[in-house]
This record gives sequence, structure tokens and C-alpha cells, in this order.
Amino acid sequence: MSILAILEQREGGWNRMSFETLAAAQQIGRELGQSVSAAVAGASAKALAEEAAGYKLENVYAVEHALLAKYTPDAYTAALEQLIRLLKPDLVLFPHTYRVRDFAPKLSARFGRCLVSDAIGHKVEDGHAVMVRQLFQGKLNTDVRFLLEAPNFASIQAGAYRADTLEAGAAEVETFAPELDAGMIRTRPDEPFRESQQAVDLSAASIIVSVGRGIKEKDNIPIVQKLAQALGGELAASRPICDNGWLPMERQVGSSGQTVAPKLYVAVGISGAIQHLVGMKGSKTIVAINKDADAPIFEVADYGIVGDLFEVVPALVEEVRKARA
Amino acid sequence: MKLLVGLKQVPARDSLLRLDASGRWIDESDLTFEINEPDAYALEAGLQLKEKHGGELVVLTVGPARATQSIREALAKGADRAIHVEEENPGRYDTLGIAHLMAEAIESEKPDLILTGLQSDDLGNGQTGVVLAEMLGLPHETIIMQVEKLDGSIRVKRELEDGWFQHIEMPLPALVTIQSGISKLRYATLMGIKKAKSKEIRRLAAAELGAAPARSVEISRLYPPQKTKQTEMLEGSPREAAAKLVERLKFGARVL
Repeated sequence: MSILAILEQREGGWNRMSFETLAAAQQIGRELGQSVSAAVAGASAKALAEEAAGYKLENVYAVEHALLAKYTPDAYTAALEQLIRLLKPDLVLFPHTYRVRDFAPKLSARFGRCLVSDAIGHKVEDGHAVMVRQLFQGKLNTDVRFLLEAPNFASIQAGAYRADTLEAGAAEVETFAPELDAGMIRTRPDEPFRESQQAVDLSAASIIVSVGRGIKEKDNIPIVQKLAQALGGELAASRPICDNGWLPMERQVGSSGQTVAPKLYVAVGISGAIQHLVGMKGSKTIVAINKDADAPIFEVADYGIVGDLFEVVPALVEEVRKARA
Repeated sequence: MKLLVGLKQVPARDSLLRLDASGRWIDESDLTFEINEPDAYALEAGLQLKEKHGGELVVLTVGPARATQSIREALAKGADRAIHVEEENPGRYDTLGIAHLMAEAIESEKPDLILTGLQSDDLGNGQTGVVLAEMLGLPHETIIMQVEKLDGSIRVKRELEDGWFQHIEMPLPALVTIQSGISKLRYATLMGIKKAKSKEIRRLAAAELGAAPARSVEISRLYPPQKTKQTEMLEGSPREAAAKLVERLKFGARVL
């Protein structure tokens, strides 16, 4: 009985979400009385595996092959499939990263299983792990049960488990050399690139006013901009606003944009899709203004106003100016 | 170029959701439905490729009779024909089951490129496209922003985290899942709506498409999320609510 956490690295550096997944694995392992191991794949993964071996784990596997230097779904799936067939874990956990979204459904399908993706937590029922995930963009939660025997697969949402709860220990590092050949890799990836130098560093702002779909059209953006000015903060946005070109991409908060944790975050007309929440839920004080009382943004807000932003925001600008005068 | 676009019909984005009697799904009786937004962008990407390179665009959906409305919308926007796998209760399948139905339904189609949205607005599993590619033995790439056709292959632009991107070349046939919001969605023209009425919709019963793989996961319960944070809702007129908020920001949170 065991749990295997698949950690993620790029160019020798960790994706930090790996440690949250490791924390999830340790926690579930403790509750179910199962041992926990971890694996990290790459052209050379030994150094990272040794680092991960400083946590309380059974084994850490360095899955090494020259063809794992650049990520491709074909090579990663084949390598991890071989490891899983060897180790026969009960539960395989991944961080829910863009890369995992790319290969983990394929890997799970090889075992005739569905990946339970983007889990926000777990429960133990009758000695088995039940994963909790969000449906309808965060409006409802669900408990998902595994129906078949091992192995089962789940990916863990950013921020769902805390890396600072990790237990230290001394694990055994083992190298696993998968059998791969260049012919099985059908896609040819170029080097990753960034489109523009990020001129605005939102992570340095202490106050951020962020605008979402509720603003309806580009011409209405100044309404929210005035609030940012009155508060002395930066203007930011959720993804749809930047997709529409109403604000530049560099002002986007969320998983595909910047991650911020200001003293004050005001979300105006943002429903709070998880991709946005992961980028701002660490803010110290969160204010949400939205017409939909059921919007998930209120789940993370300290203060909420249900109402028409076109009435609430101008009133707020006036009150802020009065308070600052 | 033969293109195939996978579409799902989902409850409209602003729907007020209530649980049904089983507590395992939502009450669908008073809801309006629409094309899953990421799938609408997959359709748009497909239509643009067809306009540029010619060929045929087929849409494929698995869903109840009501999904016909979304199929008609896709046909009115420019899809040439459709395949509708009719299943009144798609919830009895997991992702593997749905992908199996899709794979069986398009067995004779042999498209050059399959496009789907990156995830659905209702279940949000984000896997159907990838699993379908695996079942069909096709290479795939996910979260794609652009597709450029080369000779016998495509070059795609994939979104990575934190503002990073990557170009990837892959041979055809292939499958890509498309990111939401990458272009402007077209509206159906009056002429398009008229033409759609005579376009073919091939209907297949899910039950006739062979045994699905054993179900591996199921929703055992659905419930409103528990609050992790104490949220103070500020009531009153916009002016009153604004005044309450400023007072709290000044004296409570001390951020003003």
C-alpha cells in the first residue's frame, strides 16, 4: 500500500507546487497508513531527488533519460508509465500544473483510469481516499470516489495543501532509467519564450484594484481605474479583460498571469474562477464587489458587497476620497 | 484539411444552480444551455483554418436531445455537418467513457486535425481531448493559442504558466485543445442560420457504440463549498455599503 507523488522540475529548478503535492501525499499517507514515495523526471534528476530525500519518504526516484531533457507528453507518459508498472502504487498524485494537465490524463488512460484533476482536498471514507474537487467553476464542490483497484490518479490544486507542513526525514534515492527511444516522441518543442518584458511588477504593489467581465466593455474601464487612483493602487485584471485587449497582458492576475499578495486586493466584477483565485488568494485583505451573491470570489473575500458595480464603485471612489482628505 | 471539433453543451455561465433530488447532480429543469465556452473557441479556430486552407469541418457532440440546439449554432457559424451521439444521461460515463463514445463515433471519419476546448465549464476535468487522442493513437498538445498549418504537420503556440509560451511542431493527424479567449468569436449570420437547416446531423445512440471502459471514478456527492474565510457582507444602498467598507478598511484592516 503506497502513494507516489510525481514532482515537477524545469531546467533543474523545482516547480514549487511539487512540495504542496508532497504535503498532500504525506497527509493522505498518514491517515491511510500508507508509505509515501516521490519521483522526479529529467535528463538529470539526481540532485533534485537528493533534495526531496530530506523529507519523510520511503524512496525518491530520479527518473533519468536524455530524452526527458525537454518536456514532451510522449516521453513523460512512457517514462512514468514504466515507473508506475514497476512500483504498483495505490495512488499517484501530481501537482495540477500546465504540464500535468498535458500528460497526466494520457498516463492515467494507459491504466484504464480517469485522473481526478485539480483536487482541493481529500476525505477518508471506509479506509479509502475520496478526492474533493470543484465543479461549475467553483460554484459547487463534489466528492469523487475511485471505483476501481490500484493504481488511481489525482492532481492537486495550487494552494490546496501547505508545503510548510512537510515532515522532514531521510529517504533512499534510487535512479530509474526508463526505456525510451527518439522514435516514440512525435512532437518537437521549441524553447519557451516570453512575449514582452513585464514592465508592471504587480507583485510589488501594496494595493491592487482588479477588474473582470462584469465591467462589460472597454469604455467602462476608467470607472475602476478611478478607484485604483483614489486608493493609490495598481490596476489589474482577470484573464478575459486581457484576452479582449482592454488592458495589457502584463496586468493579468492568475495562473497564466502574475501571482500577487498585496495588503489590499479589490476584485470588481470578477466571479472568481479558480485560475484567478490562485493568483490572488494570498492577499491580506480581499474585497469583492459583484452582482452575483453566489460568485466564488466571495468565498475568499473578507468584505463583500453584492450590487451593481456601476453604482457601487463611483460611491466607493467618493468615500475613499473623503477618508483621505 | 479535414477538421473535427468536439463540442459540449453546458449550463449557461450565469445559471443559478440547485441540486437535484439525488444530491449528485444539478436540477437541470429550469436552466438554459450553451456551447461550452472553450469549445466555442475551438470551433472558431477550426473555422479559421477551414477558411484559410479549405476542406471540411465536422462537429461532434455527446449529449441529450437538447444539445441539437448547440449543434445547429455550430452549423450556422459555418461547420459543414455534425455527428450527435445521443445520450440522455451523459453523467453515467466518466471521461474515459465519453472519449470512447467520441472515438467510436468518428472511427470512419479520419480527420487531419481534431480540436476541442481545453476544459468544460461544468465538470472542468480538462481531459476529454487528451484521452481521445490517446484512444485514437494521435499526438496531442494542450492549451493552444494558435495553429499554423505546414506541409503535413502543424506548428502550435502553447501557453505555459506565468506568461511563458512555447512553439511546438507536430505531425498530422493530431489533436489540440484550445485555450479560451484567443480570438473573437463570430456570430452566425442570417444566411448561415438558413443554410444550417439543410446540413446533415448524423445521430448515433450511445448504447450502440460498443462497451465503454469500466467506469473508474464517480461523483458521490455535490454540495455548496464551505467557506474557509469569514466574509462580512456589507448591506445597504451603494453609498451606505461604500461608507461601511471605507470605515473597515481604515480602522479594521488599516489599509487606508
